[in-house]
Amino acid sequence: MSKLFNLLKSFLLIELLQGLSVTGRYFFARHITVEYPDERTPQGFRFRGQHAQRRYPNGEERCIGCKLCEAVCPAMAIKIEIAEREDGTRRTTQYDIDLVKCIFCGFCEESCPVDAIVETRVFEYHGEQRGDLYYTKEMLLANGDKHEAQIALDRASDAKYR
Amino acid sequence: MMELLNTLEKAGVDLLGPVWLPLWTVVKILVIVLPIMGGVAYLTLAERKILGWMQVRPGPNRVGPWGLLQPLADGIKLLLKEIIIPSKSNKFLFLAAPVLALTPALAAWAVIPFDEGMTLANVNAGLLYILAMTSLGVYGIIIAGWASNSKYAFLGALRSSAQIVSYELAMGFALVCVLLAAQSMNLGDIVRGQKSEYGLLGWYFIPLFPMFVVYFISGVAETNRAPFDLAEDESAIVAGFHTEYSGMGFALFFLAEYANMILISVLTSVMFLGGWLSPVPFLPDSILWLLAKMSFFLFLFLWFRATFPRYRYDQLMRLGWKVLIPLTLVWVVVVAAWMQTPLWVW
Repeated sequence: MSKLFNLLKSFLLIELLQGLSVTGRYFFARHITVEYPDERTPQGFRFRGQHAQRRYPNGEERCIGCKLCEAVCPAMAIKIEIAEREDGTRRTTQYDIDLVKCIFCGFCEESCPVDAIVETRVFEYHGEQRGDLYYTKEMLLANGDKHEAQIALDRASDAKYR
Repeated sequence: MMELLNTLEKAGVDLLGPVWLPLWTVVKILVIVLPIMGGVAYLTLAERKILGWMQVRPGPNRVGPWGLLQPLADGIKLLLKEIIIPSKSNKFLFLAAPVLALTPALAAWAVIPFDEGMTLANVNAGLLYILAMTSLGVYGIIIAGWASNSKYAFLGALRSSAQIVSYELAMGFALVCVLLAAQSMNLGDIVRGQKSEYGLLGWYFIPLFPMFVVYFISGVAETNRAPFDLAEDESAIVAGFHTEYSGMGFALFFLAEYANMILISVLTSVMFLGGWLSPVPFLPDSILWLLAKMSFFLFLFLWFRATFPRYRYDQLMRLGWKVLIPLTLVWVVVVAAWMQTPLWVW
């Protein structure tokens, strides 16, 4: 009996019609594609994009050259050299991040005791030559100066969860 | 409309004499072929759009408003691409194959009745001509597969030929039922046979419903479309018979495939859905009805592609030989017997 029923079912193409009805329903569904350059998805305040070095409001750079970020970096993308500045403080003479190596895990940002190295919301950047994505201290500081308002806002939003 | 054409014809014969007939025929051919080519171009866009919508994405929308210039961009791209001829291929056949695929797809349109009296060639054996032309199309595919000298292309060609042989039979038997019902092989007469004062109730898809389904399924198989696209089975044999083709050669196969889709849609409309006849008695018959029916079947082609996974080769053969052909054979007898009873009202 069930065999007969199955035969009838396949002869009447019932399962095929069910399949067609599914695609037919989706035909009228709203598409979920984000048409990227025209539309964007929202970003969270913990977004991990391109790196930046921050400064204090008086213009002094935050980084004290503790090398915690260099130590924690799983991709070994950070290179730091330090020296004593004339005023006796400990400062970096070289602070490079190779964005080609970087995996954007955010550990550097998390390990930093003075919130010097941060990851910004910038994710649309590119390099045209080898070495273009090797970011030096000057480039990182410039990045920080450019996006300081957004960076500070994001840190403030995140503060209560830390 | 017809009077205008008749006066035009008379004036033409008076003016040009013997030159008129070939000239007029060429004009008529152009009037048929150019819209088909345009239709093919926009069918590719429609396919991508409809597949996109069924997959909850927008489809091509970058070239022109709503992507409407996409076919143009595709055409230009394919024209500018390099044509690569494999060094160990049979060059003559390799180049002839795309032409052989496209020509029958276009030639079959000669006997299609678009409206009352609007046929390029009003042949009495029109149906036989159609069967001949639609099965000739596969030679392009076979020759392409063989001439490429590539194992993938060859496998695609083999699959395609076996598939066409199996489904041609089911298709032919389904058409035998139409012949029985219409008592004519002339496509125009087949449509006229479906005319009644009850509109769509007089069409052959009602008494021949199983054949209508079988014919369309075989038509999908005949055009090598999903779910029967084993000849180009990209997950198993790269691109099947057109693996080695690039540029315009590839484009011609594409044109042939889509022209065949349009052809099968029109044929199904003519045989089973009353061609240019209006579905309701109070609206006039018109070519627009034929176009509407054709669009419906073309949409079905795309809907099938969006829905069904590809048949495995043995399943394809089983469906053809053990389901469709026996079913058609039974229905031929049923229809023949039915026609001897007073219950046959079509």
